[in-house]
Amino acid sequence: MPHSGINVLFEGHNLVRLLGGLWTTVWIAALALVLGLSLGALLGALRTLKNPVLRLGLRLYLEFFRIVPTVVLLFLAYYLVPELFHVDSLPGSWMAVIAFGLWVAAEFSDIVRGALLSVPVHQRESGLALGMNRWQLFRYVLLPQALKLELPATINLATRVIKTTSLLMLISVMDVINIGQQIIEANNTTYRTGVFWVYGVIFIFYFVVDYPLSRWAQRLAAQQKV
Amino acid sequence: METEILKVTHLNKFYGARQVLFDVNFTLHQGEVLTLLGPSGSGKSTLLRTLNGLEAFQAGTLTFNGQPVVADEAHWQKLRQKIGMVFQSYDLFPNLTVLENITLAPVKIQGRSAATVQAEALALLERVGLSAYAKAYPRELSGGQKQRIAIVRALALHPELMLFDEVTASLDPEMVRGVLEIIKQLSQEAAMTMIIVTHEMNFAAQIADRVLFLADGKIVEDTPGQQFFAQPQTQRAQEFLDSMDF
Ligand SMILES: Nc1ncnc2c1ncn2[C@@H]1O[C@H](COP(=O)(O)OP(=O)(O)OP(=O)(O)O)[C@@H](O)[C@H]1O
Ligand SMILES: [Mg+2]
Repeated sequence: MPHSGINVLFEGHNLVRLLGGLWTTVWIAALALVLGLSLGALLGALRTLKNPVLRLGLRLYLEFFRIVPTVVLLFLAYYLVPELFHVDSLPGSWMAVIAFGLWVAAEFSDIVRGALLSVPVHQRESGLALGMNRWQLFRYVLLPQALKLELPATINLATRVIKTTSLLMLISVMDVINIGQQIIEANNTTYRTGVFWVYGVIFIFYFVVDYPLSRWAQRLAAQQKV
Repeated sequence: METEILKVTHLNKFYGARQVLFDVNFTLHQGEVLTLLGPSGSGKSTLLRTLNGLEAFQAGTLTFNGQPVVADEAHWQKLRQKIGMVFQSYDLFPNLTVLENITLAPVKIQGRSAATVQAEALALLERVGLSAYAKAYPRELSGGQKQRIAIVRALALHPELMLFDEVTASLDPEMVRGVLEIIKQLSQEAAMTMIIVTHEMNFAAQIADRVLFLADGKIVEDTPGQQFFAQPQTQRAQEFLDSMDF
């Protein structure tokens, strides 16, 4: 009996399983972003301070996460951290949140720093002239203006994070790709073209999540140029 | 005109190794309008900025309302609420509406009640003829309107002294008058004490109780306004007035 590959999607709970995998992907990316953006905003602000030791330390942190490939970070988090700190109760998905979160924090700290520094000097001075202290200046003048400047770059970072979650299968997290892979393997003999359909659906999933973000970033960036 | 608001003695200011203010001395009384004139690069902006702590000085003393000024950031933050400053560049906060620009500091920094401050801000806007723009964003305003708002924003803190650094220098000619009019009103109706740096000689001649003429970082003349414009005491000042076509 000839089988059309598309039926692999409707075999058992395959589609539901894929959606479940997508959910894993999305929540890991979302948590990593929440963690990373908060930490990164703080680090970015600290990097505008004059303290040379602090600046060097944070710079090294950034460079480390830039230079080391994300796969290596994931493996480090997955294999090394439990070894070093004698914790093995944390599942891989949480290790992934931490690894991605620290990576996002590093990248975002650079975005925040750049945005803070690009707020014009006279904005800073007019805040000071109104009697603001350092924190008030940051809170009411620099941060709101920097947020606006950095939004497109932040959205682009988010799309990169979502794409990079495809590495999660390497540390056995049941993300959408890993589940897709399992479905393909389980149905290899029955549906020989199943692989195209499964990856087709995964492609659409990623597209649906990432494309609106990427368009939004483009629109904002275009608006800012005017 | 008796109470001393500000007293500057033996003020010296360096940028790195380069001295830009030399032994500056003057006293400013309540309600007085002091105009600071001088060629480009003579140190007018630097002097104003030193008076509200945006620039550090290396020698001399400042006395504000009889109290010696302690020149550290924490003290300056308090003092700056009493010494308003408006700059040449339009520097409203672009992410806030006109009204929010005005109420931000009184509410968040002075901790006054939002309702009171808002009512007062609206009244001030009315006075400068811009109440229709309370909800507008700075990008929707002309340069002249922005400068009027910047003045209102500084006034909302109830300053005792106002510093104006060439607030009309970047404006189109037709915008200049409206802004100068407000400064004049402020002097006449509210008897605000102020130091004004300007290149508008007619305006300076009308408003100045006293003129400080600065050249190469030194006060060359400290003369009553009328007298300065009619008959400056120094050759330098005369040449300056000539160069300004006054
Ligand atoms: N941040 C700075 N660092 C070093 N030198 C400076 C700085 N700001 C000003 N100067 C120098 O100090 C001197 C006084 O400058 P200032 O801006 O006070 O002059 P000004 O009288 O306001 O001139 P203008 O009429 O052009 O505004 C100038 O020689 C200027 O080059
Ligand atoms: Mg100047």
